[in-house]
Amino acid sequence: MTPRIFISRDAGALALGADEVERAIIAAEQHRGLKIEIVRTGSRGLFWLEPMIEVATPEGRIAYGPVQASDVEALFDAGLLDGGPHALRLGKPEEIPFLKRQTRLTFARCGIVDRLSPQDYRAHGGFVGLEKAISLGPTATIEEVVNSGLRGRGGAGFPTGIKWRTTAQASAAQKYIVCNADEGDSGTFADRMIMEGDPFVLIEGMAIAGIAAGATKGFVYIRSEYPHAIEILGRAIVIARREKLLGANILGSAYDFDMEIRVGAGAYVCGEETALLDSLEGKRGVVRAKPPLPAHKGAFGMPTVVNNVISLATVPIILAEGAAAYRDFGLGRSRGTMPIQLAGNLKYRGLFEAAFGVTLGELVDDIGGGTATGRPIRAVQVGGPLGSYFPRALFDTPFDYEAFTAKNGLIGHGGVVVFDDTVDMAKQARFAMEFCSIESCGKCTPCRIGSTRGVEVIDKIVRGDRRPENLALLTELCETMKLGSLCALGGFVPYPVTSALTHFPEDFGIARSGAVVAA
Amino acid sequence: MPSFEDWSAPRAADIIAAHTHRQGAALPILHALQEAFGHVPHDAVPMVALALNLSRAEMHGIVTFYHDFRDTKPGSHVLKLCRAEACQSMGADTLAAQARQHLQIDWHETTGDGRTTLEPVFCLGLCACAPAAMLDGKVHGGLDEKRLAALLAQARQP
Repeated sequence: MTPRIFISRDAGALALGADEVERAIIAAEQHRGLKIEIVRTGSRGLFWLEPMIEVATPEGRIAYGPVQASDVEALFDAGLLDGGPHALRLGKPEEIPFLKRQTRLTFARCGIVDRLSPQDYRAHGGFVGLEKAISLGPTATIEEVVNSGLRGRGGAGFPTGIKWRTTAQASAAQKYIVCNADEGDSGTFADRMIMEGDPFVLIEGMAIAGIAAGATKGFVYIRSEYPHAIEILGRAIVIARREKLLGANILGSAYDFDMEIRVGAGAYVCGEETALLDSLEGKRGVVRAKPPLPAHKGAFGMPTVVNNVISLATVPIILAEGAAAYRDFGLGRSRGTMPIQLAGNLKYRGLFEAAFGVTLGELVDDIGGGTATGRPIRAVQVGGPLGSYFPRALFDTPFDYEAFTAKNGLIGHGGVVVFDDTVDMAKQARFAMEFCSIESCGKCTPCRIGSTRGVEVIDKIVRGDRRPENLALLTELCETMKLGSLCALGGFVPYPVTSALTHFPEDFGIARSGAVVAA
Repeated sequence: MPSFEDWSAPRAADIIAAHTHRQGAALPILHALQEAFGHVPHDAVPMVALALNLSRAEMHGIVTFYHDFRDTKPGSHVLKLCRAEACQSMGADTLAAQARQHLQIDWHETTGDGRTTLEPVFCLGLCACAPAAMLDGKVHGGLDEKRLAALLAQARQP
């Protein structure tokens, strides 16, 4: 049998040299007179070990990493193709603790399958959910998704099944499924990974949503910063049409569904669903007031389901395994698993899919192994640029929508960014306001102007310019932005600012007791 | 290294016509124009407006809303440095200062010799490989001073 080497071609692996490794392997194959089959996969999500390669052996796959092109000859000399010993040998990937501790449902295939092979996809459980949805019909499919407890993984956490039901109940000549792949939050990359590593699961999820809601057309709005995801998903869509996963009478059923990719243009606010819809329609990406809900009046004025990539990519396994099997994971009102993204200054960083309930401390200290720089962790920002900064005192917070809300935080899209003790929290608070001023769509005055005033006021506080008055002003400004903005950009940017102020006052020149230190 | 076409109204008209039939055609058209010309030329804006039955002012509003669309050609190389939080936590601010110092330009600017454009980017989704950058569409992670210096040298090539 031809030896098989699996190479992760996720953008993260490419950024760390996977292309060069692949070229070195092909060169070694040629000059050693070997015949090797190279399988291009997504990433397992263990980015400190990327570029990671795996070789198929009779005992299963054996991983090596992080591999540089210069290591390849030595790896072949060490018997790479038989899983031979080498300093970079990691053993079976599924035995690596970071992976072993996970519950991979949404990411079950990512990093394992040939990402563009429908045969491989089917062999690993693909299409089962779609076949189930076709046999169940729209109403029962919606009930499965409702019963699974799946909530929007983009950040808002709204029950996915309810969105579907609302759209299904609306009557219109045309309905749409819009996939929000405008993953702009720093610290998040789950959407990118699944689109690059298992694109068919998203296509399958969208087709199921189409059947359920009565929509025949889908759009995936992908940010332009993700050229690899755009390319891979685009190729997968072409293959899916050939495989009858898309088009008329999908998988031989009475349902029609097709989809296309739309590329964003660098506006963060287009991750907000109504701004996304305006952008999709070819307008400025300005936030709309709700109601009307997109489910009633969405893309091009038609009833539209807008779901995040991960929500849609989770639907196939819910249908395949049943709502109860998914709902059994998690706690409280947060059911199932969450692909948590461990990012920034961590020793072990990557994708960690687990049932809701793991604490922040477990995530960063234990699973993440502390900082990459070896210094103490000082702050952790959860939920992207609009998420709160948590100090160690809050590390017992379980990863759960409600638990984070109770601590004035949010889990958002599941991004966790760790900072060591060199971080200046006043600078981070200023950055949050600055980012908002750059990315505001301009519709709401508190966001458009308040963010600029916020930068100025923080500068004054740090400088020691009338500190007590300016602190009061900043607090009031944050309150105004929170209450006076239509969407989460202006409405949530006070979270990083006030959490930095509350938990790290000394960085603003304020004593822990709350007393304002004169400059 | 990208090479761009010189402005040609008939060519722009062809590009616009290829997408006009699509729903919400504005962004696909603007992306296609920028891919061909390296930017969205001023002369193309009224053409797109006409094709989409929008006023020039509306079209101008759309083009300028999005960070991606340029109104001038970029340099021969475009270096995008991620400035978002995950990269900041791994020293992106220091690297940004190094890049600006080396190139002697600020964000969104192009060096006098037309070789290098420096752009900020807010997240490349490489947050587990921070700090990250993109040079001429190719991604780079785990940057430090030395690796950035190598990228800068590449970005200075004619």
